[in-house]
Amino acid sequence: MATLSVCQPQLGGFSFENCKRNAVLEAEVTKLGCNVPSARKTGTTICGVVFKDGIVLGADTRATEGMIVADKNCSKIHYISPNIYCCGAGTAADTEMTTQIISSNLELHSLSTSRLPRVATANRMLKQMLFRYQGHIGAALVLGGVDCNGPHLYSIYPHGSTDKLPYVTMGSGSLAAMAVFEDRYKQDMEEEDAKRLVRDAIAAGIFNDLGSGSNIDLCVITKGRVDYLRPHDMANKKGVRCVYEHEALPHQTGNYKYKQGTTGVLTKSVIKLDLEVVEETVQTMDTS
Amino acid sequence: MNTRGLRSQLKDSVPVTGMGQQVGAYGVQDTLRSGFSSVKNELLPSHALELSEKNFQLNQDKMNFSNLRNIQGLHAPLKLQMEYRAARQIQRLPFLQSSHLALDTLKGNDESISFEDILNDPSQSEMVGEPHVMMEYKLGLM
Repeated sequence: MATLSVCQPQLGGFSFENCKRNAVLEAEVTKLGCNVPSARKTGTTICGVVFKDGIVLGADTRATEGMIVADKNCSKIHYISPNIYCCGAGTAADTEMTTQIISSNLELHSLSTSRLPRVATANRMLKQMLFRYQGHIGAALVLGGVDCNGPHLYSIYPHGSTDKLPYVTMGSGSLAAMAVFEDRYKQDMEEEDAKRLVRDAIAAGIFNDLGSGSNIDLCVITKGRVDYLRPHDMANKKGVRCVYEHEALPHQTGNYKYKQGTTGVLTKSVIKLDLEVVEETVQTMDTS
Repeated sequence: MNTRGLRSQLKDSVPVTGMGQQVGAYGVQDTLRSGFSSVKNELLPSHALELSEKNFQLNQDKMNFSNLRNIQGLHAPLKLQMEYRAARQIQRLPFLQSSHLALDTLKGNDESISFEDILNDPSQSEMVGEPHVMMEYKLGLM
């Protein structure tokens, strides 16, 4: 409100000055039949699994804006600390800002305690912040990392509830990915099995959900090592018809050229042209 | 979906007294300073989070102090509040930017980053407070 700034100094943080105006505008616009611009969501499949030595996190790479793909290769696995990574689903800006704020806070915290940060700390910070804003920050997160107590995996919902589980999925493709997990998850898997399981779960989300697509990103976190595989697998290549896994060679669909030798050759005559060199000049290019 | 219009909030909002009008002299609306008054504008918050965000820091402090009182006794919150009061006085005049360094260090805000530090930074605001009016308000002459 304009008058408040006259008497008291302005505070930082969210400002609700334009909310009433926005509500009135929204009512007017819907009366005319148009749509208000919507926030860019990630409409995603993200998942994580705990294996013998650590965590594997997986995500697709499509960002949607209503019915349009806004970003074909966006990165949904965010860095929180050297041993903790977080996948984000929901409104893209919210997940980005939330993970960056928590990453900064965790860095300050670890500098002041001079210890490697724990996953439970990141979970608690995220949960308290999301509850404070009562779900208006649309960030659904899968948080995973390895700390002094071993590997941990959490799923965090926009309203602030969290679950600590051995395998979690979030996003619009979460049911497809969870179906794959429920079928094939075993305790104490090897790294390669875990990577394959996560890749298949994300692929299930990509092929069965409109909001997910493009490539599969993986992040493998173990004690002392992080492998950020981007892209791990390009499930949907643009311009190439789909390639099935069980075929040995990718067949060239859409290639309409005739094979060599389709047309039979009746006669062949070769005429050699005698050309002699008349003049040879060299022109230097100015490449400075 | 998180987009909610004013309609839905009007339905389940409870009228609160936290959004009171600026009352001038003689207990009447101060139209010159605070503009025309409208009951609907003042009665309901424009966003579900507006009130809770306005009072968030106060409520957190109240909760922490009452916890501290229950655990350690009355002396602990009293001593802390005395220190806060002393640190709060280290600031410049209201229309200038003060860093609140001592107060932030006491409260522990120097080791955390939240939306207050990123969005709407007061040092970057386009509006400047009017010095005379702000001093009058601070000294209670208004």
